[in-house]
Amino acid sequence: MIEFSTFKLENGLRVIHHLDNSTQLVCLNILYDVGARDENPDKTGFAHLFEHLMFGGSINIPNYDEPLQRVGGENNAFTTNDITNYYLTLPANNIETGFWLESDRMMSLAFSEKSLETQRSVVIEEFKQRYFNQPYGDVWLLLRPLAYTTHPYNWPTIGKEIKHIEDAKMDDVKSFFHTFYNPTNAIMVVAGNATLEETKLLTQKWFAPIEGKTKIPRNLPKEPKQTEARTLTVERDVPLDAIYKAYHMCKRMDADFYAMDMLSDILSNGDSSRLYIELVKKQQLFSSIHAYVMGDLDEGLFVISGKLVKGIKMEDAEKAIEAEINKIKLQLIEDNELQKIKNKLESILVFNQMNILEKAMGLATFELMGDATLVNNETERYAAVTANQLQNAANKYIQESNCSTLYYLSKKK
Amino acid sequence: MINRSIVPPSKEIEQIKLIEAAKSELSNGIPVYTINTGSQQLIKIEILLNAGSVNEHKAITARATNSLLKEGTKNHSSSQIAEQFDFYGAFLETDCSKDSACIALYSLNKHLSNVLPLLSEIMYEAVFPQNELEVYLQNSHQHFLVNNQKVDVIARNHFAEIIFGENKYGYRTKEEDYTNLKQDDIKAFHTSYYLNNSPTIILSGRIDDTVHTQLDSLFGKSAKTKKQQHAGIQPVSSLQQKHHIEKADAVQTAIRIGRLLFNKTHPDYFGMLILNSLLGGYFGSRLMSNIREDKGYTYGIGSGVVSMKQTGYFVISTEVGVDVTNDALKEIYFEIKRLREELVSEDELSLVKNYLLGTFIRSADGPFELANKFKGIYEYGLGYDYYTRYIESIKSITSKRLKELANTYLQEKDLIELTVGKK
Repeated sequence: MIEFSTFKLENGLRVIHHLDNSTQLVCLNILYDVGARDENPDKTGFAHLFEHLMFGGSINIPNYDEPLQRVGGENNAFTTNDITNYYLTLPANNIETGFWLESDRMMSLAFSEKSLETQRSVVIEEFKQRYFNQPYGDVWLLLRPLAYTTHPYNWPTIGKEIKHIEDAKMDDVKSFFHTFYNPTNAIMVVAGNATLEETKLLTQKWFAPIEGKTKIPRNLPKEPKQTEARTLTVERDVPLDAIYKAYHMCKRMDADFYAMDMLSDILSNGDSSRLYIELVKKQQLFSSIHAYVMGDLDEGLFVISGKLVKGIKMEDAEKAIEAEINKIKLQLIEDNELQKIKNKLESILVFNQMNILEKAMGLATFELMGDATLVNNETERYAAVTANQLQNAANKYIQESNCSTLYYLSKKK
Repeated sequence: MINRSIVPPSKEIEQIKLIEAAKSELSNGIPVYTINTGSQQLIKIEILLNAGSVNEHKAITARATNSLLKEGTKNHSSSQIAEQFDFYGAFLETDCSKDSACIALYSLNKHLSNVLPLLSEIMYEAVFPQNELEVYLQNSHQHFLVNNQKVDVIARNHFAEIIFGENKYGYRTKEEDYTNLKQDDIKAFHTSYYLNNSPTIILSGRIDDTVHTQLDSLFGKSAKTKKQQHAGIQPVSSLQQKHHIEKADAVQTAIRIGRLLFNKTHPDYFGMLILNSLLGGYFGSRLMSNIREDKGYTYGIGSGVVSMKQTGYFVISTEVGVDVTNDALKEIYFEIKRLREELVSEDELSLVKNYLLGTFIRSADGPFELANKFKGIYEYGLGYDYYTRYIESIKSITSKRLKELANTYLQEKDLIELTVGKK
């Protein structure tokens, strides 16, 4: 249970405060409601590139990292298809430095040409390192466009191609900032050893002067219902064949999400899970296999991916996955197995709230999804799911006609 | 209006208080160290053993033994064991390094009594079934093949071989190791290093007396045993200074530059940690500022001083675009040279000092982090004064001393370079 208070500034900034005086630290987490899904299809990878530029100096502070490190702080950020999230932790008595830094870059960036030029190169190296210089690195560059024809989940956060990063111009940077980076579009969480009074005072002092803007409603093209199975086969210089099956599912806040997440756990969470026991241990068709939900805010994907044991035919491996899916569709999950998954999820939730940063991110994400109090309802929401709901969800979403399959084959030498 | 160009006043980090582990013993003398803290009702139990790969006679025995503990006991099959841990939402983590092996159990307090007996069962009654061993070897072999396509993995493994030489620290796993290992090797290793060896138990999280009582009934009744000693290592670095492994299809080159050094028991260890931070130990470090933030050659570059039981090493690591490999190498050597020839400014030094103090607080924030802090000294026979001395070193070190250290330990002729990719 995370206890917290919320308040809002006149400019629209939403603030959540959580006191934890067992730590000497405090954390500031700022979530901006913008992700790769908000990009222009011809200028992809921009939300993430922009995240890098947020460290390239703001209107009054030439260097973001240095003053933070000077007071013992550390920071980072990440971009997903849905959001961009910035966080810092520092010794609690130096909390004001965090407010000073974050408010200045919310007010305005320095828009330095040098920073744009460097970060373009850095992001291109990141692109190469993660997507082209790793075995199986380009999977999501292939699978996303196969699964999504219309919705901007069609591309990964790094972007569709390196050229989009190379082409980014300062005008794009400025317009992106003015559209998405303002108090109305942000949620700030202050968690750790700081009182609510201090948090309010500092928020007022540093963030209230920033001009509020009208939030632009998000109007993304909806993915049409998939009616036919899609497949793509590629050959790469990798040692093992691999298969990726992606099924369209519901939004993160939909009731079905919990059932789908539990199905993924039944299939592959832990050494007693079905795919692991049956396909890795007993039949020895796969050397590794995973099922998971992407957790996207818009209609997301349920994914099963595995690497085949050498010498196993793709056809046989895929049939075995289908057989396990059919079991779930035809037979109700027994009480014992259902309880196991619920216990596991409860445990994961408790372990995930061990430190202030994890708690702060949870609060920010749930506030974005509608209400921060929901962060404390997750265990109950999972606990309420019945065997019938699991079976219904499996039948509703895990259908071949709703699936995009990528066959990622080892190149014959 | 507030003046935003002025830095808000800040405070020096004065006191850092660590929660220390409390020592007790089981009936048979097995030491138990307890860190009772945390806001969540959960617990981590770690069993540490001198059962790392330095003590194996055949490659990958130590790791395989550690991984296979949970794959079957006298009374339970692999899947029954997995089912039991999973049912209670507990997580088992096995880990094996060169120096030691660890079995860690994570559980909610309310379920602990249901899973703790299984932890002792896998440790003492593992039987290593042949079919489980075969699946393990087959899948580990496949992971090995995938990993060996990654330039950073190739670089890491070869670098160890180059700086440690032909011994257990330098050993690089080969493909045939996955066919050579036999069930008997594992059983023999288990007997020597799990049954006839005294473990150390570390508890962190919310611990009450019932945990100690149950531990004693499960681990405290066996006969007294002595700790196994680490097999000795004589590291000898390669005499060849530059090494290159060509990978024709690479789009990035992995770079490793470093040398054999010493471990945390050496008087210059703290100084080298601080010098290393300045060079490549944090986001604002010189290597990051130059090679990423100014030149854009890489997504990331860092350096580290790594302590092992019998020695230690220093290493710079990065992956850079193949077209800028030589430019990046030039800049790395330039930054090291600067450490040898120029005094660090007071401004930069005070920044690094404060950053390190903040990092220290972060590294000790939470029960599991405090357990790691304890392990960090225990495995070297050091006491908590080690951390007091570390904090003191951070506060007192001078730029003159750092320059001396750079001249002593970071001469270009003493550094070994490995590139994997294209050059």
